[in-house]
Amino acid sequence: MTADQILAIIRDELARLAPEVDFDTADRNRLIQQEFDIDSMDFLNFITALHARLGVNVPEADYARVATISGAQAYLLAMVRT
Amino acid sequence: MTRTPIAKRAENAARCNMPSYAEAVANFSWENARKQLDGLPGGGLNIAYEAIDRHVAHGRGGVRALRWLSADGRVVDYTYDDLRRQTNRFANVLRKIGVAKGERVYSLLGRAPELHIAALGALKAGAAFCPMFSAFGPEPIRSRMEIGEARLLVTNAALYRKKVEAWRAELPSLRHVILIDGADDPANGVHDYRRLMAEVSEEGEIAATGPQDFALLHFTSGTTGKPKGVVHVHEAVVAHHITGFYALDLRPGDIFWCTADPGWVTGMSYGVIAPLTNGATLLVDEAEFDADRWRRTLQDQKVNVWYTAPTAIRVLMRAGAEAWKGCDLSALRLLASVGEPLNPEAVEWSVEAFGKPFHDNWWQTETGGIMIANFPSMEVRPGSMGKPLPGIEAAIVERSGDSVRVVDKPMAMGELALRPGWPSMMRAYLHEDARYRKCFVGGWYLTGDLAMRDSDGYFWFVGRADDLIKSAGHLVGPFEVESALMEHPAVAEAAVIGVPDPLGGEIIKAYVVTKTGLAHDEALQRELLGHGRKRLGAAIAPKTIVFRENLPKTRSGKMMRRLLKARELGLPEGDLSTLESDER
Repeated sequence: MTADQILAIIRDELARLAPEVDFDTADRNRLIQQEFDIDSMDFLNFITALHARLGVNVPEADYARVATISGAQAYLLAMVRT
Repeated sequence: MTRTPIAKRAENAARCNMPSYAEAVANFSWENARKQLDGLPGGGLNIAYEAIDRHVAHGRGGVRALRWLSADGRVVDYTYDDLRRQTNRFANVLRKIGVAKGERVYSLLGRAPELHIAALGALKAGAAFCPMFSAFGPEPIRSRMEIGEARLLVTNAALYRKKVEAWRAELPSLRHVILIDGADDPANGVHDYRRLMAEVSEEGEIAATGPQDFALLHFTSGTTGKPKGVVHVHEAVVAHHITGFYALDLRPGDIFWCTADPGWVTGMSYGVIAPLTNGATLLVDEAEFDADRWRRTLQDQKVNVWYTAPTAIRVLMRAGAEAWKGCDLSALRLLASVGEPLNPEAVEWSVEAFGKPFHDNWWQTETGGIMIANFPSMEVRPGSMGKPLPGIEAAIVERSGDSVRVVDKPMAMGELALRPGWPSMMRAYLHEDARYRKCFVGGWYLTGDLAMRDSDGYFWFVGRADDLIKSAGHLVGPFEVESALMEHPAVAEAAVIGVPDPLGGEIIKAYVVTKTGLAHDEALQRELLGHGRKRLGAAIAPKTIVFRENLPKTRSGKMMRRLLKARELGLPEGDLSTLESDER
């Protein structure tokens, strides 16, 4: 799986939660919760959805590493390759 | 109810502010509770004086009153004397700008000390203060500011631009906007907080408010119509103080962490006022919920009393009790929860994780303070909301027309009612006298909550008597959500209910009938989801949207939300005699 494919999945899942936010103009280094105005419950839904799509189980201790789009992309890329 | 009660050790109970519930109830009077406060030196009563200046007058000005943890890791402390001077400045700003006694000062801010300073400063100036939840979208903000005729708004530049600026000119009452991080724009009535605060004195008189003067305005949702502006007066501080003392066991020097947002009543009564009147140190965390950060905060800040909400507790439970094993929580004395009923599993989990149970308690925006609680010295029955506070008479009643009948039989279901007269009871729904009077029947305040009482006097929550939704601890009125959906050109009709959710208690689900000829596809569903979030904000927007050809309505055209809910939950549909057209 490539970095672009992972980004597309992140984009798709965020569009389900916050369809009104333009992914392309969002700041990929800001916190997803702030940039997409989603609450902590929806952030957990986002992580659950990534697990379903990619088979990557993000442990709670790693939530901070997937808190931004760039962070999530890098983290997921590393995990799907191991 | 068959679960094992959690007993308390006698030596621990003896050290509580309330060692014996029975004795406290027997000896309680509101006159004595009032004597724990000073009153204004020149006569009268002011919440901000009791919260701040009283401690300075008693030589405790150097004690830490507030510790702010910024999202980016800074720690900023304020002593009681720091707060006294800052709130004096804000009161002087309001006087200089021309906010009159009783006029409404609103805030739209995250968890930042400027909010505490604005709230208590506004009270010192004699204004009424109304905090709003910063996750609200433009529509809920606007309707709340219209109903309360906001004179002044304190916010930050980002929230102002995103949620207020576009319609500000259409709100004639609003004269001034103060931005805590923004620049002056005098042509548009926008002021820089830092400049204003620097230009005024840090000394000043506190307005000579009386116990019955308007102090706080909190909005709560109604089943129909607009949100209700709940009016509280300065005398409420007597209840804030004594309930904080009994139910939260607050003591001078305690580190107290109330995780509620100050945009809601809990964040004001117990996130600002009660801990300060009790001389504790408020911990204020700017960051959003994060399990790991919360664990570190509880440990590193040596929190003594923690007041949080079921949604957060249930998210913390997901990681299991093991996640807490390495944490040193030896300072933590009391865990309390409010917002919606705490499920018994969560109470039992807390014993496993922390060695002590969460203490659930119950109250409403209208009651202004905690009314029913599990007390630290009293046996906890998991799933129960506890017993009435000293000075509070609660009963289970049945309505019949213009009267009510008290139901004495143990575990019989009825409406939870309170005998009016406690100091923090609402004094009005602003501009809605008829709605206010409807809450009082036969000498009782009717809460709209269904409950039961067991033979030992513990109360057990059953559900709402109406269509209101409890999502992540917030009471959401379906009408407000439906109205926003109806503004979308594709929507002909909408009905909104709460559906059970393991984390949020309930999540908001919308049933939508579209205008004819529109495809019920995912694109439209997402568009409506986005529309709801833009108008209402993430906190009260629907999380699920489904399409229907028709929605169930009564003969008079009233939406039968309870029928949608019964079907969603697979429950009996009940009396359908008034059903005119059914769901398809």
